[in-house]
Amino acid sequence: MSAPALPTAGDWQDWGVDPSWSRTLDVASHDGGTHRWHVLERRPAATERPLGTIVCVHGNPTWSYLWHRVIRRLGDRYQVVAVDQLGMGFSDRLGPRTYAQRVRDLDDVIGALGLEGPLVMVGHDWGGAVVQGWSVAHQDRLAGLVLCNTGIAVPAGRRAPSLIRLAAAGPMTDLACRRTRLFVDGTMWLSWQRIPAEMRPAFRAPYRRAADRAAVRDFVADVPFDDRHPSSAALADVAAQLPTITAPALLVWGASDPVFDDSFALDLAARLPHADLHRFDRIGHLAPVEADVAGVLDAWLAERVPPAGRATSAAASAAASAAAAADSPADRPGYVPTWAALDERADDPAVAFVDGATGVSTSFHELHQRVMGIARGLSELGLRPGERVAMLVPPSVDLVAAVYAVWRAGGVTVVADRGLGLGGLGRAVRGARVDWVIGAPEALAAARALRWAPGAYRVSTGSKPVMGAVATLDDLVRSAAVLPPAPMPDDPAAVLYTSGATGPAKGVRYRHHQLAAQRDALAATYGITRDDRLVAAFAPFALYGPALGIASTIPDVDVTKPGTLTAAALATACESVDATIVFASPAALANVVRTSTGVDQRFSRVRLALSAGAPVPVATLRATAALMPAAELHTPYGMTECLPVADVPLATIDAVGHGRGVCVGRPVPGAEVFVAPLGFDAATAVVAVPPGTTGEVLVRTPWLSDGYDRRWAIERDARPLDAAGRRWHRSGDVGHVDADGLLWIEGRSVHVVHTDRGPVTPVPVEVAVERIDGIVRSAAVGVGPVGCQVLVVVVETGADADGLAPASIAASVRDAVRDAVSQPVAAVLQVGTLPVDIRHNTKIDRTLVATWAERVLSGERAKRPW
Amino acid sequence: MTGGSSLLARRTAEALLARGDEVVMLQRGDAAIDAPQVRGDVRDADLVRTALDGCDAVVHAAAKVGIVGSWEDFRSINVDGTANVIAAARELGLSRVVYVSTPSVAHAGHSLVGALADAPVTGRTDAHYAESKAVAERLAVGAASDALPIVAIRPHLVWGPGDTQLVGRLVERARAGRLALVGGGTALIDTTYIDNAASALVAALDAAVPGAACIGRAYVIANGEPRPIRELIEGILRAAGVTAEPKVVPLRLALGAGSVVEKIWARAKPDEEPPLTRFLAEQLGTAHWFDPRPARDDLGWRPTVTIDQGLAELAAWFAAY
Repeated sequence: MSAPALPTAGDWQDWGVDPSWSRTLDVASHDGGTHRWHVLERRPAATERPLGTIVCVHGNPTWSYLWHRVIRRLGDRYQVVAVDQLGMGFSDRLGPRTYAQRVRDLDDVIGALGLEGPLVMVGHDWGGAVVQGWSVAHQDRLAGLVLCNTGIAVPAGRRAPSLIRLAAAGPMTDLACRRTRLFVDGTMWLSWQRIPAEMRPAFRAPYRRAADRAAVRDFVADVPFDDRHPSSAALADVAAQLPTITAPALLVWGASDPVFDDSFALDLAARLPHADLHRFDRIGHLAPVEADVAGVLDAWLAERVPPAGRATSAAASAAASAAAAADSPADRPGYVPTWAALDERADDPAVAFVDGATGVSTSFHELHQRVMGIARGLSELGLRPGERVAMLVPPSVDLVAAVYAVWRAGGVTVVADRGLGLGGLGRAVRGARVDWVIGAPEALAAARALRWAPGAYRVSTGSKPVMGAVATLDDLVRSAAVLPPAPMPDDPAAVLYTSGATGPAKGVRYRHHQLAAQRDALAATYGITRDDRLVAAFAPFALYGPALGIASTIPDVDVTKPGTLTAAALATACESVDATIVFASPAALANVVRTSTGVDQRFSRVRLALSAGAPVPVATLRATAALMPAAELHTPYGMTECLPVADVPLATIDAVGHGRGVCVGRPVPGAEVFVAPLGFDAATAVVAVPPGTTGEVLVRTPWLSDGYDRRWAIERDARPLDAAGRRWHRSGDVGHVDADGLLWIEGRSVHVVHTDRGPVTPVPVEVAVERIDGIVRSAAVGVGPVGCQVLVVVVETGADADGLAPASIAASVRDAVRDAVSQPVAAVLQVGTLPVDIRHNTKIDRTLVATWAERVLSGERAKRPW
Repeated sequence: MTGGSSLLARRTAEALLARGDEVVMLQRGDAAIDAPQVRGDVRDADLVRTALDGCDAVVHAAAKVGIVGSWEDFRSINVDGTANVIAAARELGLSRVVYVSTPSVAHAGHSLVGALADAPVTGRTDAHYAESKAVAERLAVGAASDALPIVAIRPHLVWGPGDTQLVGRLVERARAGRLALVGGGTALIDTTYIDNAASALVAALDAAVPGAACIGRAYVIANGEPRPIRELIEGILRAAGVTAEPKVVPLRLALGAGSVVEKIWARAKPDEEPPLTRFLAEQLGTAHWFDPRPARDDLGWRPTVTIDQGLAELAAWFAAY
């Protein structure tokens, strides 16, 4: 039967497709017949040699249109061919075809197209299975394998996707797929909200008549749900051969696909251990049109797949081997596991941890018993090395013990900041695909109700296992099993999610040697010895106590509201461990200062007070110093991916005075800082700017995290190489190193204002503005298109009126900014309050401020959205 | 220099004279400048040819402005006049033409934020000035070639000492207590201090050589210092010594009222400019500022007088006036 009539040139253009991409060809089939195929094809101008050939295969019930963004993005440099499978799109309508036939059909059309060189094979949905079938059989011609929201086998412990199971259930198949458009529209509907309106008619176009949908039904009917199905053996055979593929592989995934969800991605990752994985949060089944799959593919091809006809370029391979040499030392000299200090103090009755809320203390002996007991218990329950464990335990001795136990047992702790909120926490736990959840009953209830980790084993705190938990921590401690072998230094240890000031939360991966190096860096930088005792008002910091072998406690404060820490609560905590070191966020310290009633003897032993996580106002540091006369005040600089990077004592801050930004001091021993040009290309070797020049701050330390979890493209962009092949981490901050070697931070790179005179960094502007009497806080933002943005300053004055600032304030702001950074200010706005992050209560969301300012300055009556 | 009686033409001529160029002025009245003058109408092709004879270049600034008048008046002066100037320039072998246009040729009725000089919009029946200038600009840039380089310059809201249009009207209305700020006055507006507009025309004359990037293109000229319109108006009124506090009118109301006032005014006082027009309401109530880079890159021009310096000049002028 013939295919539906081809779209008109006008249709193609409406759908964002160049009509010249569309063509049909008659293909001699392995079945003896000749079938007409429709393809979308684009290649560079005849004078240019393509970098390679890419073959894209859609699934059911889509068609080659699925790949139009890939064709648009890559077709100017690569030959890109997207085929309509037989019976689908605008190819010939035939009777049912089995999986094995479809694999041979693909080979038929590849032959007819004359595609000879090494091919990059790209497949989506059941097109992914077909592509895998072709790839295992033609490895000599495979340049790369890219799989998107697809599968080859139903992952262990998971049933087949329920939508397909429903559609494939006997007589339902015909009704859902052929007689009605339910399946075609349903697939679209899975991604509906994210698909631009102009694309929707395109997806429906080849499936308007029931006769045109026969293959949609047949395709579903060919999905095997048991071993007796004719295609079952063929699929199983391909699944078994998949690990033999050595060509580069990329798994690029819409993480919100209810059909081919993360478990399929991880199943494929296990079969293709060398594959790169990039997940898109909140992107569904039709990822190639919902998300920038084309952009990820472009970057990945550039990095992983050498251009056709050429071996890997000499420079790239030299850089790669140098990187390997620099980043993978054969052994880890000096590595001491994080739990070593606990082993050393196993018999020590001295206090190791005090629970700030209850005042209950735990000795080193007891903590060691508890850690090793839980580790034995987890192992006995079946925790295998590398399995992931979500830690949903509030700050307490349970949290401390469970974290060290999971590490000791070879598990990977997944820790998410409560500042992410419930939604962010859920995305983090789901995205990490944890195998275990250790949590308080409330957290386990939330995890279960919101399906954060279906199928994971649960362990609860408290006295009885609740919410489907297999055991309590107390049960585990009583385990009589033997301690499992300790993980190796290069084994994975943790995935940390923090509330990013910009963009969705990303999981940061750490290995054991990196955590150990981080502990050593803290000890070296701050001279921490066994004589110290730690109060950590920022709970994650308390976890360093056992690794450092020192007593620690967390003061009694709502972990989600660090700014409510009172002087009395901090003093009580200091007394409970006779503290020598205090760590508190700037917001917490500010409240301590506010609620203080004068010098408190309980602070008298504090020798070191640390505050970090956000810029710390100097006034807060000075007031803290007055409260703790024996303490030196320090502000470490760093980020979730790398901490510490630099450190600055209050004395230095006082000595340097005002400068261009916030002074964060010198790199700590072992850390290196590198300032790269603003807007540098991460794909090429990066070169430092001269001292004093503003640029993007890159860092490198032995305790730098491994990378981002399952976000290949983000990780690649965040870890550029220098000319020597050494890998650096992009901090996301901009700043400069002054003549004395001090690092100054001038803001986030995404907040740089790009004027027609050049870039303007926000912090130096804000620092100048905040010296004006009556201005509490300010945000310097850009309004207008990048390259000709104008600088706008939004100030918080305490007045509760949003709009143009009074003339006198505007004039002082303009003068201050001109004097400090020689920049004109287009407008000065005032607001009742500026938006700040949940965790630190100090980091201003300048992007949000800029959006509002742009509307106001366009003449709109815009209410501020915070 | 056509349209010599306007402030911009006079200041541009003064700048050219000051650097040693010879200037001939063409306008209907007296140009109040010490230079040879030809008096007459740009609709008179013979007269235009006479004025341009012997010149190397022409700056065509003559135009009928405002909203009072018939379409035929606007069309014949602004479109035919431009055609006459270009025809004479070609016939006489002049080396270049600078056509003085206006950002309103591309007026879109919405906010312009860091905008580029968009293509002229034609076909409007409700805005004779903008329509006739748009048709004329198309004609001018369409006639550009290496044989006769033509550049269109769109100065945005020119003001300064002696300016009767923007400054004069603002001050007059404020004194009469009739000045209203549209939409709270928060819209960012860029303007052009008169000396900068003049130097831009000079720069365009110098840049319009065969092969230059600017040939057949239009450039928006402004100070590159957008400010909230309330601040600008307050600055100008302060310079003029007027203390009146402007009233605030919501944007939607002003747009509607502008349309109504325009229609009533057209019947009642056809020879006077109405106090509020829809165009004016849009100009005052929505952002209007432009990307300064094309003029800088292609004309080699940068403004030399800042807004604050301009306001000081204006204050000194009012004090002496």
